[in-house]
This record gives sequence, C-alpha cells and structure tokens, in this order.
Amino acid sequence: MAEATLNIFRGDSTNGKRVDYKVDVTPGMVVLDALHAIQGHQAPDLAVRWNCKAGKCGSCSAEVNGRPRLTCKTRMDSLPLDRPITVSPMKTFPVIKDLVTDVSWNYAVNKKITPFTPKKDTDWKMYQQDIDRVQEFRKCIECFLCQNVCHVLRDHDVKDKFGGPRFFVRAASLEMHPLDVADRVPMIKEELGIGYCNITKCCTEVCPEEIHITDNAIIPLKERVVDEYYDPILRIVRKITGAKKA
Amino acid sequence: MTDRFETHEHDVLIIGAGGAGLRAAIEALKFGAKVGVVCKSLLGKAHTVMAEGGIAAAMGNVDSADGWKPHFRDTMRGGKMLNNWRMAQLHAQESIERVKELEQWGALFDRTDNGNILQRAFGGHTYKRLCHVGDRTGLEMIRTLQDRGVQLGVDVYMECTITRLMKDGDRVAGAFGYWREQGRFVLFKAKSVIICTGGIGKAWKITSNSWECTGDGMALAYYAGAELLDMEFVQFHPTGMVWPPGVQGILVTEAVRGEGGILRNKNGERFMEKYDPKRMELSTRDVVARSIYTEVKEGRGSEHGGAYLDISHKPAEVVKKKLPSMYHQFKGLADVDITKGPMEVGPTCHYMMGGIKVDAETAASTLPGLYAAGEAAAGLHGANRLGGNSLSDLVVFGRRAGEAAAKYAQSASMPKIDEAQVSAAERELLAPFERQGGESPYAVHRDLQDTMQSLVGIFRVEDDLKKALAALLTLKERAAKVSVEGSRMFNPGWHLAFDLRNMLTVSEAVATAALARRESRGAHSRIDCPETDPVCGKENHIIKDVNGKMSLSTVPKGPLPEDLQKILEEA
Repeated sequence: MAEATLNIFRGDSTNGKRVDYKVDVTPGMVVLDALHAIQGHQAPDLAVRWNCKAGKCGSCSAEVNGRPRLTCKTRMDSLPLDRPITVSPMKTFPVIKDLVTDVSWNYAVNKKITPFTPKKDTDWKMYQQDIDRVQEFRKCIECFLCQNVCHVLRDHDVKDKFGGPRFFVRAASLEMHPLDVADRVPMIKEELGIGYCNITKCCTEVCPEEIHITDNAIIPLKERVVDEYYDPILRIVRKITGAKKA
Repeated sequence: MTDRFETHEHDVLIIGAGGAGLRAAIEALKFGAKVGVVCKSLLGKAHTVMAEGGIAAAMGNVDSADGWKPHFRDTMRGGKMLNNWRMAQLHAQESIERVKELEQWGALFDRTDNGNILQRAFGGHTYKRLCHVGDRTGLEMIRTLQDRGVQLGVDVYMECTITRLMKDGDRVAGAFGYWREQGRFVLFKAKSVIICTGGIGKAWKITSNSWECTGDGMALAYYAGAELLDMEFVQFHPTGMVWPPGVQGILVTEAVRGEGGILRNKNGERFMEKYDPKRMELSTRDVVARSIYTEVKEGRGSEHGGAYLDISHKPAEVVKKKLPSMYHQFKGLADVDITKGPMEVGPTCHYMMGGIKVDAETAASTLPGLYAAGEAAAGLHGANRLGGNSLSDLVVFGRRAGEAAAKYAQSASMPKIDEAQVSAAERELLAPFERQGGESPYAVHRDLQDTMQSLVGIFRVEDDLKKALAALLTLKERAAKVSVEGSRMFNPGWHLAFDLRNMLTVSEAVATAALARRESRGAHSRIDCPETDPVCGKENHIIKDVNGKMSLSTVPKGPLPEDLQKILEEA
C-alpha cells in the first residue's frame, strides 16, 4: 500500500504552523478521506468543513498543492506522492482554525441581491429552452472556490466594493429567469461592483460544477450594465417608452 | 449575556436548516413569529442538498390520470400500511400546492414540452410523479427555500450545535448548545421549538448520509421525555456506490432506474425478474435492496460485491442531461463512464422512517411546545418510504409545523429556564476536556458503525439484535469516558463526543424496536420471522424514557376511515 504525506496548515488567525501527517493510500481515496483518516487516528481536533463527500454541498473547499479544490473530489492518485501534498485553507477568507475559514462575508453579499420577483398573474408556463441557461447557474453549490481564486478578492481584497463571481452567477440566474421582472442592473453595477472584474476566467477554471461563469454570467451582465449606463440610443428609447429594461 | 453563555430569545426556535426547517421558518414568519433557525453546518449545506431524483407530487403533468388518491394509495402500499393514514392523505393532497409554491419562489424544475413541470417515474409510484431538476433536485429546493427565508428575514445561527432541550415544567422552553467555531455556549429561550434535524445514517458504516445525520433531534426529544415511533424502520437504499472503498455508500440516485436503468448480476441476468417481475427495477426500495443483497450473498454479485446497474443503452446525451451528477460522480471517483458501461451498486443506509411521534395535523410531539418535521418525525412513510416522498414530506409537514408552532407561540408566554438545567448542560459539554486518558470519540464511533452494520442491517435476527443491544451498552460506557484534546475552538473530536451520545441513544431505540417486531414488514426483515403478520401490522411501537431507562410499548393503530379504505382497495 502506498503512503502519502500530507502537509497541513494547523493554527488559527493569530498563529499557525505546517504539520506533516502520514496516511496509507487506499484505492480511490480522495484528499478528504485522507483528512478523515488523520482526524480518526492522529489529530481528532483537526478542523475540516465537510458534509456530503460527494461533490454536492460545496463545504470541503481548500487549496491542495496550491490549487483551490473540493477535497472530496480530489483523488490522491491524481497527485504526486513522492513529495508532501500541501493542504491549506482558502486564502481569500480569514482563517478560523486549520482548514476552516470564515466565509460569512459571502452570506452578507447574498443579502444585497434583489430577490426573485415574478411577473404578476403569470400562468407559470416556462419552456426548457428558456430555462437551460438559468439551470446552469443554479447548479452552483456555493463552494466559494471562485471567490477564493478571484484576484479582485484574493489579492486586492476589495470585499466592500465587489461581490465576486458567485454572486454574479446568482444575479444572472435571477436576471435571466424568464418570469422575473426586477431590474438588478444598478445593483450589479454599484453594489456588486462588476466593473472590477477584468474577465481573467480564473473563476470558470476552478468551478467544480463547470459553470461557464465568465462567458455565460459575467459578460452578459457587463453587457447589460453597458446598455443601461453607457448606450446613448437605448437610453433615449427607454426615456421615450418608459421601459425599465430595453 | 453572561460570560458563560450568550442568550437569544425567539417565539419559534427551529433546530435544523434542511428542507423541513427552512419551510417551517418561512411559515412561522408568515404568522408574525420571531423565528430563529439553528444549524450544525453553513446555511444551504444540509442533507437535503444531496436529494437527487425528485419531489413526489401528483400534478398529473405527464400522466394525467394521476391525483392525490393514487399517490396516497402508493404511499400506503409502499409503507406496508403501517403509515399514519392521515399524514399520508395530507401529504398526497398538499404536496401539489407545495411544489407550485417552490416554483413561485424561484425554483426551476425541468419542463414538459408544453411548459409545465416535468415528472419522472420512480420506484413504487404508479404514475410519473417526481418533479425534478436533472439529478440535483435537493439543491434546487434548498437554495429556493434558503433564498426565500433570507428574503423574509429569518435569523440563522450557522454552525451551532444543540445538545439539550430546555424545559419549563412539562413544556419545552428552548435549547442549549455551543458555537462550533469558537466553542462558546449559547442558550436559546423559545415559546416553541421545531425539530428538523434529519436522520441517523452515520450510525452505520456504509451510508449515503453526511456527518450531520447523527439522530440529534430524536435523541434530544427522547431525553426531554417525548415519544419516538416505529424506530425499527431504517431504509437501506438499494444503490450506493461500492467501489472504490473511499466512496462506498455514496448515493446513486433512483432516477437512474427511473430513466430506464437495468440491474444485472455477474451472470448478466436481470435478477429483478425473480423478485418483482411486474415492477422490476422500479419496485420499492426495500425489495430492490434485499434482492441485491441476496444476489451478492448467493455468489452472483459483481466484482466488488454489488450488482451492475446499466444505463448505457440510452443515448449518451440523454444520460448526461438527465443524470449529470451521476455521470461526473462515476467518472471522477470511480473511473467509470456510465454512458459506456455499468455502475457497480449495493445497499447503503439511507433514511429513517421512524422518529419523533407527531400529530398529523400540527406536527406536535407528545411534549407541549415541541414540534417535529421531516426525517426526524415519523408516521408518513410507515415501514418503507417511496423515493421522492421525502422532499414532499419536508415541505408539507415543515409548513404545518411552522404554522402550528407559531400559533402556539402566539398564545404562550415566554417560558422560564432554571439555572440548574443550564449548568448541567454546561458541565456535560465540558466533561470530555476534564477527563484524562480516555479513548478518542472516533474509536467508539467506528465500533458503533461496525456494530450497527453487522448486527442491525438489512436482514435481522433475534440473536444478532440481542448482541447489538449488549454491544451498545458497552459502547455507551466507553462513550461516557471519552477524552478530547485541544481547545474548544472548532474541534471535531469534541463535536463528535455529543453526536456520538445521540447516535448511541437512537441506535439503542432502533435495536430495541427491531427486536420487538417479530415479523417482516417493509424495510424491517427478520430472518427468524420472515412472514408479514397482520396482527403486528395493526401495531406501532412507542419508545420512551421511563425513569432513565428506555422502554418500549405497543399501541394499536387507529382504524382507517371508510373513504380512505375504499381508495386503497381500488386498482
């Protein structure tokens, strides 16, 4: 049986060190299994968030060998075992303990988004071709890996001005809902600060649900912002017709 | 606020933020209650998120002959008539409206060609009845309810674990627990409490359940003096992953069979022809699980001790569209392309039909001020739950619990909680740190899982159940002596010490009730009592704490009204 060494961050917001743990690698083992083996036999106080262990809940996000991953979907046999596998908490969020970070900021951002606002007196008929694109966004499991990797948040830390990819996806899912009538464009521009995004696509690359965050959510939202704020012709049309959305 | 603990007051306190808890919160808010929801994980991560196949509601969008009566009949038949008939009736009648309501709050179900909610076939359902979103229906539901709850202004206490219910005389008065992050203690005072904590799968070794499913609510209610009902009925889902070892137990949705998946043994035989030739793969879960188990036991299992489940005869694009997470799950975790070849599957501990005994109309437990809904409550599913009936259970009875608890709170005063209860709860929480040299809770948990897996599994026998009860006694003694190291800050070993206490209590209830039911019915199969006994079928088992000891009593089921009896006799 092969053996792996996991080099794990142990500590809290004030202090921390890296500790090596040796684990026997079993067939099909994922990094989360290795973390559980360490909790079960060596370090029962190792703090790890997880729930489903099946890639459905988005709880077990961490940085494995420097790459943001769901640990439940990262196979040990996909990693080189001849050197320690580093496991670190997501860098963008404050560490609470070990691999657990404070992601509460995300929940605060979510509250800023205008909720689903259905058309009045609708018969609730919707067609699959009209909801396909929204269903893509609704696959999001809120693992926050896109938030973690976004350089606007990770390197520039403008959390007070920028919502991050997760919430562009959520805003897009509402904006493109066939029966929604709310106008979120001012909120997307001002409060979520979509202008900060310079479409480097890092978020799309790490998304475990393979949502095309940049192409399908962010760019169309940016276009709506441009249409509403910077397109003089549409502005006139809106003024004449009184329409909120053109 | 004292330095020992913080205090919060609510009209209605809801423990658990899965489908039932969130639906209850939304309803209680509607009645003007000040609502608090406490959950062990982050909001939106509850076990509901793992529900895959769909939510059952007789909308008749695909099969227009469907209606609440056939749904009621299927539910009762699937539950082998042990169900609380009134709950089964309310569930069949109200689930339709509850699904429409989810859509009105933003849920986007897959559609029929004429723009309605699409419905798929599922085991034990006569008609195509499961509204779904590919194979991620639970995620859609929890996100919808979460967004709705947040919009209405519910207070959510995330990553907070309740370890004791507090009482004021006979009445439930709140709850005590700790914040997982910092380990600080917290007291919730509430006029009414709703338990929506889900199941107990983590007491078994092979399970589809997450770490949260440790029977907390059932144990908390039991400690407070509430009655538990029909605890012997534990559902083993027929299809969990069996290989590789790390993924053993992870759910393979019934939707695979709903979409046309075929089960075969190692000889290529479609073995369901032997066990249920009429319904085949879409038989009820108890039957399919036992069939796979029997095939393996008799030497016809797959390479790694399961059965082969094949959907590869369907076009690859259809498989990827209708079962996207199954496709990725097998590709990523087992190196199997399900569009090209079969999956290996075997039974996995999945769902608890038993739980807190509740009133059908109000979800009230036997204790004043205490309510329960969802998997933590019992009655709807009888001896075996049909797939798709749990998501509908959550919203139908979550709503009823929210309404009843809010109305109760309107007429009740804020209860008083005496200091002795609080300090006892505090002492209990601190004890594992003060004990030196005890075992790790993880070691006791492993042995509990082995015990329940080998002695209280799919097939049961008196001797095994007696052995299990003896083993649980020893495990309880060991659990009472565990030590934890480190600080109170996000310490999973410490957390497990209390989850373990709950699992042991609920496991004892399961084994006690299983020993008492001397027949085979639904998910409860006794090798030594293989027949279904009509006399036992008229009896429910109640488990209750009597002077610190678990006691079981048998109570007669209420008679079925004539109009419902007629529905059951049709078709």
